[in-house]
Amino acid sequence: MAPPPRDSWGSRLGVILAVAGSAVGLGNFIRFPGQAAQFGGGAFMIAYAISFLIIGLPIGWAEWAMGRYAGQRGYHSAAGVFHCLIPWRGSKYIGVIGAIIPLVIFMYYVVIEAWTLGYTVRFVRAFFDPALRFQTVADSQAYFGRFVGSAADGSALRLDLDSLLPWLAVVVVINLVLIYRGISAGIQKVCEIGMPVLLVLSLLVLARVLTLGTPDPAFPERNVSTGLGYMWNPGKTLVVGEDGGTIAEVVDADMVRQRERAEAMAAATPGARVERRTMLSQLADPDLWLAAAGQIFFSLSVGFGVILVYASYVGPRDDIVLSGLTASATNEFCEVALGGLITLPAAVAFLGVAGVAGQGTFGLGFNVLPMVFSAMPAGSLFGAMFFLVLFIAAITSSLSMLQPGIALLEEALGIGRKGSVGLLGTLTALGTGFVAWFSRDLKALDTLDFWVGTFLIFVLAMIQIVLFGWAFGIERGWEELHRGGAIRLPRFFRPIFRYVCPGFLVTIFVLWFLENVVGLGRTEPSSYVADLFEKGEPVAWLCIGVVLVVSVGLAVTIASSKRYADDEA
Amino acid sequence: MQPAGLLVMAVSVGAVMTLFLWCVWQVLTRPSGEVEELPDDHRRS
Repeated sequence: MAPPPRDSWGSRLGVILAVAGSAVGLGNFIRFPGQAAQFGGGAFMIAYAISFLIIGLPIGWAEWAMGRYAGQRGYHSAAGVFHCLIPWRGSKYIGVIGAIIPLVIFMYYVVIEAWTLGYTVRFVRAFFDPALRFQTVADSQAYFGRFVGSAADGSALRLDLDSLLPWLAVVVVINLVLIYRGISAGIQKVCEIGMPVLLVLSLLVLARVLTLGTPDPAFPERNVSTGLGYMWNPGKTLVVGEDGGTIAEVVDADMVRQRERAEAMAAATPGARVERRTMLSQLADPDLWLAAAGQIFFSLSVGFGVILVYASYVGPRDDIVLSGLTASATNEFCEVALGGLITLPAAVAFLGVAGVAGQGTFGLGFNVLPMVFSAMPAGSLFGAMFFLVLFIAAITSSLSMLQPGIALLEEALGIGRKGSVGLLGTLTALGTGFVAWFSRDLKALDTLDFWVGTFLIFVLAMIQIVLFGWAFGIERGWEELHRGGAIRLPRFFRPIFRYVCPGFLVTIFVLWFLENVVGLGRTEPSSYVADLFEKGEPVAWLCIGVVLVVSVGLAVTIASSKRYADDEA
Repeated sequence: MQPAGLLVMAVSVGAVMTLFLWCVWQVLTRPSGEVEELPDDHRRS
């Protein structure tokens, strides 16, 4: 059977913006600052930079090279890429993981995308009606709970502007319409408009945040400088309890005053003491390395199967080394220079370090920041801008998650875009409905994010880097990377591709697995494992069921594909 | 914010900004290289 008509990128800048758009997401603006501050600020940045060089860039480049290589030979799905690269009948069934991951992630990611759209509109409404501004963190926390339906299953599916349902319907329709328009007229167009808008809006919000100073003179320690210190200071002064647990972190521009404040706080708490952690002592903590590598890994969207598919539409003249580096650099710019300077300084300026420490990604993004933006001058405007930035970041990512599935259906079944979008639209709408309905404690979203958005991504990334360095072969991979290239990689990247990156990734994965799945070092097993095997939580098992249905469906699609069968004949 | 924190921030933000701007400059100004021939058979090679 002849390959289906080939879609392609309209320009080199287009594919770069699309890959960057896929990588830039909520994690850049919310997760990164929280992780960096929690794991030692400046010390975290050292581990983060090393992880960028030996994990982020190499896996990304490997995906670009293998994707383009297979794309030039008519394969555009992850299963097709594996089928093209490995002369073994089972390879396409391993490659199908690259379609399962983005498809399942899409099912819950659009729910979060709908939150960001709902919050954007809420701040626009608050601009005209001040009564809609959030007065306290408890206020915004209660609103978030109602909006997402965390109290009871099905409670988010109400037809009003302050609940998930209308926004979810809008974002699902937008995503399907845009993906139907194709690579160049859909994904590329959105990213070409969306990414510059995202950068400009982020810079405006950044300018607002950095000029906040000390918003409340009654709390002189709550200011932007303290927020920046909390994020970036390489050493930490902690007040710890008898059990070694951190009670509070003290941040002050003056080291002597910082020590005095910490000692005063420790003196007021029975059994507490002051502990000073230097940059070197923090770097000796394996959790810091795990957090930094994990952040790089998920932030760059490597291991999703998305870059593999996007790169398959790149032409032979394109410089994929430079394109990959530029997409990664754009992501890093948004994460470090924007996310690292906006989120925590704004939050600390209004709530102090104590009000921000320990907040998770959603807590910081949807409980703390809405109140913070409500409290600042012109806050409704800047709040709307900030959540619009998150929405743009989210939609450029969610679009990228649909394309791998579309590519697989088109390639395996030989059906056109209309048929593949229709099939995939039905499947993802059902999956999204499942996540939206089982909203109590965000159980479905959280479970799918753990097993697919974390565990399976680790697995696929390891398979891909081993495939590149060992099966595809470093010689062929190196040649493909530099085909049409204007810049060349230094030769020291060759051993990094072959030994350092896989070794580091396996180490990180084993540590992560032992800590988060086996529960090593904990008094009880991981909650995700307990949900399945101890509590027998029905929603957790239904999530596994969803993943299995998608996996079997895609595997059957591949097995019934005449094209793959013809190739193997 | 302490001087060491300021230094870390300046180096980190400066590094990603420089990398980002250098990449954008390269993309806008440098043409891609020449196309090379694709090998005939890929899958069974």
